[in-house]
Amino acid sequence: MSIQPPDKNWFRAPEGAEKMWIGIALVWCFAMSLMMPYWHFRGKQNARGETYAVSADDFWERTEIFVKDNQVGEIDGVPVVEPAPGSDAYLASRMWYWYPILKLRQGESYRIHMSSLDINHGFSLQPLNINFQVLPGYDHVITMTPTTTGEFAIVCNEFCGIGHDRMIGKIIVE
Amino acid sequence: MSTSHTSSCSLDAPGAEARTCATTGLRVCLTAQQFIKLNAVAAIVFLLLGGIAAILLALTRWQAVHLLPVDWFYRILTFHGLNMLIFWILFFEVAVLYFTATTLLKSRLFSKGVAWVSFLMMLTGAVMTNIVILQGKADVMMTSYLPLLAHPLFYLGIILVAVGTLIAVFNFFATLYIAKRDKTYEGSLPLVTYGAMAAAVIAVIPLLHGAIVMVPTFTYSLGLTPEPDPMWYRMIWWGLGHMSQQVNVAAMVAIWYLIAYLAVGAKPLNETVCRGAFVLYILFINLAAAHHLLVDPGVSPAWKIWNTSYAMYLAVLASMIHAFTVPASVEVAMREKGHSRGIFGWIAGLPWRNPAFSAAVLSLLIFGFVGGITGVTLGTQQINIIAHNTLRIPGHFHATVVGGTTLAFMGLTYYVIPLIFRRDFIWRGLARAQPWLFGGGILLVSFGMSFAGSLGVARRVHDIEYAGVYGPAAHFFLGLLGIGAIIAVFALLLFVVLCVGTVLFGAKLGERPMTDWGAAEKTFDAPPAGSLAHAHWAMKGTMALTSVFLLSFVVYYFANWKALADVWPVQ
Ligand code: HEM
Ligand SMILES: [Cu+2]
Ligand SMILES: [Cu+2]
Repeated sequence: MSIQPPDKNWFRAPEGAEKMWIGIALVWCFAMSLMMPYWHFRGKQNARGETYAVSADDFWERTEIFVKDNQVGEIDGVPVVEPAPGSDAYLASRMWYWYPILKLRQGESYRIHMSSLDINHGFSLQPLNINFQVLPGYDHVITMTPTTTGEFAIVCNEFCGIGHDRMIGKIIVE
Repeated sequence: MSTSHTSSCSLDAPGAEARTCATTGLRVCLTAQQFIKLNAVAAIVFLLLGGIAAILLALTRWQAVHLLPVDWFYRILTFHGLNMLIFWILFFEVAVLYFTATTLLKSRLFSKGVAWVSFLMMLTGAVMTNIVILQGKADVMMTSYLPLLAHPLFYLGIILVAVGTLIAVFNFFATLYIAKRDKTYEGSLPLVTYGAMAAAVIAVIPLLHGAIVMVPTFTYSLGLTPEPDPMWYRMIWWGLGHMSQQVNVAAMVAIWYLIAYLAVGAKPLNETVCRGAFVLYILFINLAAAHHLLVDPGVSPAWKIWNTSYAMYLAVLASMIHAFTVPASVEVAMREKGHSRGIFGWIAGLPWRNPAFSAAVLSLLIFGFVGGITGVTLGTQQINIIAHNTLRIPGHFHATVVGGTTLAFMGLTYYVIPLIFRRDFIWRGLARAQPWLFGGGILLVSFGMSFAGSLGVARRVHDIEYAGVYGPAAHFFLGLLGIGAIIAVFALLLFVVLCVGTVLFGAKLGERPMTDWGAAEKTFDAPPAGSLAHAHWAMKGTMALTSVFLLSFVVYYFANWKALADVWPVQ
């Protein structure tokens, strides 16, 4: 009975179907555990969390240098910046914009540094649905290889105040 | 306050302040009864507040309706999260702890004074937090990630609730102690109390995390100490935020066992297995906080993978075990009552008109099939990349903590009110329909959120049109969320009206037993009781059901790896 103390000698190994189910469930749990290290080495999508400490001022300075050196245009007053394939790119976030607009080439890899100059923001690339957390004080480096072309929106998906839903950036892939 | 050591704390002792329940024959401690009432009433008030907030939110996310202005959306979202996830759940859990430690152990509550301190602290904290939020001084979400900053009283309120709950947990353990000392029961704890104890043990750690993270944030908000690191804050906050969900899981499972017993007379097939699964929760749950930080900077992949799989999957194993043992115990009880036709014949004989029973069944199904499967999948280190902070996340936890825990709590209430407030429910027909409406509505909510999230719609966003990337499909699923919410919130309000109406106007029971909701009946050709005690393969229906479950799990899990493989390579 679930609401009365059990019989004195209640200790009993599982038997029959119950035992079988525990075995199956355990195997499944192990399989799921192994999938993650497997994907870590073999998969192409990982959240490695490569991170460096950075102050907001330093990050902003690096972003400005990056923009100055690689700017190729401007959309609505926001610089469009095309980093060399394989190189480092900077994406600053601040209430409530992403800066600058990045222009990337299909099939090339880029090390994209993301950090926040004020509070938590969320990098959410749409309509692909790739999501990473962006924090102040942390330079979060994501190595990204665009495989499709077009214009992608960066939606902020961490609540960051009243302008949160308008915090939309852009990545262009050619 | 606690009496001297000479008089036993047993409710059977002469002069004990207790009554005998006319329905169950169990002894009820009058002090515990008073605090079960107080905490249950407070819980239901906060559920009502959270429910009103829920409909406002859902009708705002339904982009075609878009009800609230932007500032009120975030304010009400903060309000909803705290009132539901923290206040409603914690007050109800305290009531469950007091019940399982006293009546089931035939012991009085350790201390009335401690119960008052706990209750008043929790209530003050909750009211304080709510006022600050509604004044617009804490538009920071329930997670209040630094460097966002709220009014100091917001943090103080949460600290009061956490400490007040810890004090109630202390009262629970002290009651277990005096019951053991005075031998009010023989042998081991009953399974339901054991499950509640697991919940209470697990509760201590997150509540301490809550104190660790909230106290320096509170002092920072007062300008007394420097700002805590935002990543440190996220890590410790989720020590509170996620581990406390395991408290809810353990409490919910204990209630499944309790209702299975009350409505069907089911008893655990193997106490060792059921108890072992609760122990797994205690041992392996604690680092599951990791899966909120899977795409965060500053935490290594090794840390993420280890803490996700080692800790989570043995706790997942525990849930999978309960997912078998609970229906299996019901099935075997039904077969022993003579409902033995075919694989699923016993299901027809179940007491479906009993709202506590239907609530428990729906709770188990929604928690397992939707909440559990999505939770493990989204909490997989790499898959989180395509889910983090999208609506898939609320889609998952509205299936666990709402379709699962909240529905189980509602089900239990259909017994708590007649047994503790001693009144028969009003509008019994509506009560029988309520769990189905709530469960159905919340399933639609969960599906709407999950599919919109799969299409990239973020959580916690007032207006998705600025992004300019969401098409008609996303809008359709947000509409589904809205329609589901109308049904679920209607059912929630119905539940509140039923409870309040019964407490105020229900027929007084006095020394009469409650009017039964309906329990499983014996057929005329039932085998003798206990005939299946050693039939270890008798639960054919449960085996079929769990096979379907496992298959759905595997399909959903690998479908998500496939979806992940389809996005750009990111490292
Ligand atoms: C009664 C039906 C309910 C409906 C229709 C509902 C609806 C919603 C909606 C629309 C959101 C906002 C999602 C977003 O935009 O991010 C939300 C958030 C949330 N809900 Fe519910 N909800 C209900 C019940 C509950 C219950 C009972 C609980 C807890 C026990 C709960 C816990 C939460 C939490 C924790 C959040 C997240 C808050 C945040 O992001 O800070 N909900 N809900
Ligand atoms: Cu932002
Ligand atoms: Cu934002």
